[in-house]
Amino acid sequence: MWDYTEKTKEHFLNPRNVGFIDDFDGIGEVGSLACGDALKLTFKLGEDRRIADAKFQTFGCASAIASSSALTEIIKGMTVEEAAMVTNDDIADFLGGLPKEKMHCSVMGRDAMEKAIAYYRGEAEKKIEGEIVCECFGVSDLQIERAVKENGLTTIDAVTDYVKAGGACGNCHDKIQFIIDTVLGNAPRAAKKPEALTNIQKIKMIDATLEREIKPALKQDGGDIELVDVDGNRVLVKLRGTCASCSKSQITLKHYVETKLKDLVSQDLVVEEV
Amino acid sequence: MKTIYMDNNATTRVAPEVVEEMLPFFSDLYGNPSSMHAFGGNVGATLKTARERVATLLGALPEEILFTSCGTESDSTAIHAAIRANPDKRHIITTRVEHPAVKSLGEHLAQNGYRVTFVPVDRRGRLDLDFLYRNLSDDTAVVSVMWANNETGTIFPVEEIARKVKDRGIVFHSDAVQAVGKIPINMADSAIDMLSLSGHKLHAPKGIGVLYLRKGTRFAPFLVGGHQEAGRRAGTENTASIIGMGRAAQLAMAWLRDENTRVRALRDKLETELLKRVPNAMINGDPDNRLPNTTSIAFEFIEGEGILLLMDQYGICASSGSACTSGSLEPSHVLRAMGVPFTAAHGSIRYSLSIYNTEEEIDFVIDKMPSIIERLRRMSPFWQGNQSA
Repeated sequence: MWDYTEKTKEHFLNPRNVGFIDDFDGIGEVGSLACGDALKLTFKLGEDRRIADAKFQTFGCASAIASSSALTEIIKGMTVEEAAMVTNDDIADFLGGLPKEKMHCSVMGRDAMEKAIAYYRGEAEKKIEGEIVCECFGVSDLQIERAVKENGLTTIDAVTDYVKAGGACGNCHDKIQFIIDTVLGNAPRAAKKPEALTNIQKIKMIDATLEREIKPALKQDGGDIELVDVDGNRVLVKLRGTCASCSKSQITLKHYVETKLKDLVSQDLVVEEV
Repeated sequence: MKTIYMDNNATTRVAPEVVEEMLPFFSDLYGNPSSMHAFGGNVGATLKTARERVATLLGALPEEILFTSCGTESDSTAIHAAIRANPDKRHIITTRVEHPAVKSLGEHLAQNGYRVTFVPVDRRGRLDLDFLYRNLSDDTAVVSVMWANNETGTIFPVEEIARKVKDRGIVFHSDAVQAVGKIPINMADSAIDMLSLSGHKLHAPKGIGVLYLRKGTRFAPFLVGGHQEAGRRAGTENTASIIGMGRAAQLAMAWLRDENTRVRALRDKLETELLKRVPNAMINGDPDNRLPNTTSIAFEFIEGEGILLLMDQYGICASSGSACTSGSLEPSHVLRAMGVPFTAAHGSIRYSLSIYNTEEEIDFVIDKMPSIIERLRRMSPFWQGNQSA
C-alpha cells in the first residue's frame, strides 16, 4: 500500500473541481489510456483576468486524481502569468509530498497547465519537442532533460519516477543515463579523432602494444610473437613457440593480435604472418 | 468496520483449527526432531503425520513430500534440480503468464546461458499448446507450466501437457500454488514430476511450502547443509508450520466440495451481478476452465488503484492488475500477454474468495461496487460517450 499523506488521501476521496468548463478560456490534455494516466484541464478567467474557475477530469491512480485536484485549487485566483510559474513541486508540496514513484502525477499536472495556457495564448499546439527517447511512454529527450534539471535528478530510477521514461521495456536506459550525465556535466566528451600517426609513432606503438598486451597473453600458452616489419598498414609478424605449430594460429593472429592492435593503435592495421 | 476479505489468491486467513494444532509447538513442544532424545523425537513423529496428511491431499507417497519455506523456494528448487540433473541440456519451456517465482527465474536463466521459451496465451488466457509441443527438443531440460493462473484463475491442461512432455523424456514441473485445495489433484495417476505448493494460500501460515517430488525423479538439493528432508532440503524443520500445513491439507480435502459448490456459486453471483449492474465491464480469463473462487473483472476507462482505495473505504479487500498498485508503470504481465486492451487492463480487479466468505458479504460488495465505479468514471476524461445505451 502506498504511503500517501492524509492530504493526498483527502483530495482523492473528496476531489475539488471535478468536471469540464464548457466555455473555457484554456484547455490542456496530457497522457493517454495506454500510459495509465491522463488529465484534461479547463480554466475560465474572470473579469479581473484572474482564473475564476478551473476543472479537471483524470484517469489514473489516487495520486493522479489528488494532484489534479491540488492543481485546480492552487491556480484558482492566479493570473495566467502566475499559473505559468506553478511547478510540479508546488503541486507535490500542496499535498504534503508524494511517494517518489508517484512524482510523475505532479509532473502531469504541470504539463496540463502549460498546455492550457498555450491554448489560451493562442500558441500553436506544441508538438513533442526534441527526439523521443522512451518509446513506451512517448517521452522526449527535452522532457527528460527538463525533469533532470528542475528536480535535480541523478539516477534513471528518479527520471522514471518523475516522467515515467524508462519504466517499461528499459531499452532507453543508456540514452537516459547520457542525458543525466550531460546535464550533470560528466558526459564523456566525444572521442577526439586521433590525428594521423607518423610512421615512426605507429611502429613504436605497435611494438609497445605487442610487448605490453599481446606477448604476455601468448606466453601463458607457451607461445610468442615477433615483429618483423611494418609496411604502411601491414604489420608483418612471426609466431614462435607453441603458436608456430598451433593449428589455431591463424585464428589467434586475426582474432586476437589484429583486434588488439586495431583497438589500441589504428583501425587500419592488417596483421600478416611471414 | 468489518473486513470483507476477497483477496485469497494473495493470501488466506489461517484456519483456527490450524492455529490450534500449531500452538503447542511454539511453547511446550520445542524439541528438534533430529535429536536423539524422546523430547525431540516426539516432534519428529508429529512431522511424519503432517507429511502423510499432505501426501494424502495430493494422492502422493509421504516420501514424495518435501517441506520448504514457501512456494517460491519450491519453484526454484524444482527448476534448478531439473537443470542440474540434465547438465548437457540448455533449454527451458515455461509460459508468459507464470507467477514471478517462475517467470523471473526463467528470465534470470535466459541471461545465464539458457534458451528459455515462453509459451503465449490467447485472449482468454488459454495456452498455445501447439507452440509448446513444437518447441520441445532434445535440448529441453524442463517444462514448467502453472496449474492455474493467480490473476485470472484460468486452469491449464497440465495433466495432458505432462503426458506429452514425459513421452519425450523431459521433466515436467507445475506451480500448483493456486490450484491445490481448489480443484482435485491426484499425483497417483499423473505424469507430473514436480509440483509446488504454498501453505498460506490454503489456510496454513506464511513461511511454509511444499515440493512434491515424484519417486525416481533425478534431484539435486537447492539448500545443502543438513540431512533434513532425507537430505533433499537442509535446515532445521519449521515444525509448527509443518504441523499447520498438515492440518490445512486435511481441511482442504474436507472443504474441496464446499469450495466447488457454495464458493463457486458465490463467485458466480458476484460476477453475474457486477456485469449486470456495471456497464463496460468484462471478465478476464477463460470462464469455462477456471478456479471456482476467482473472478477478474475489467472495468473500462478507470484505474485500479482508485477502485481498490474506494473499496478499502468499505473494508473490501481485493487486488488489481493495474500498474499503479504494483509500483511498476505497466499493467500486469498476465493481462498484457492475453492482449487485454489498455482501456480494460488498468481497471481490472481480481476478487478471490474462500470458504469463509458469506452471501451477505457478496451482497454487500454487489451493492457497493456500482457507485465506486461510477464515481471514478465521472472523473475520467475517457468516459464520455462510452456509456452503453
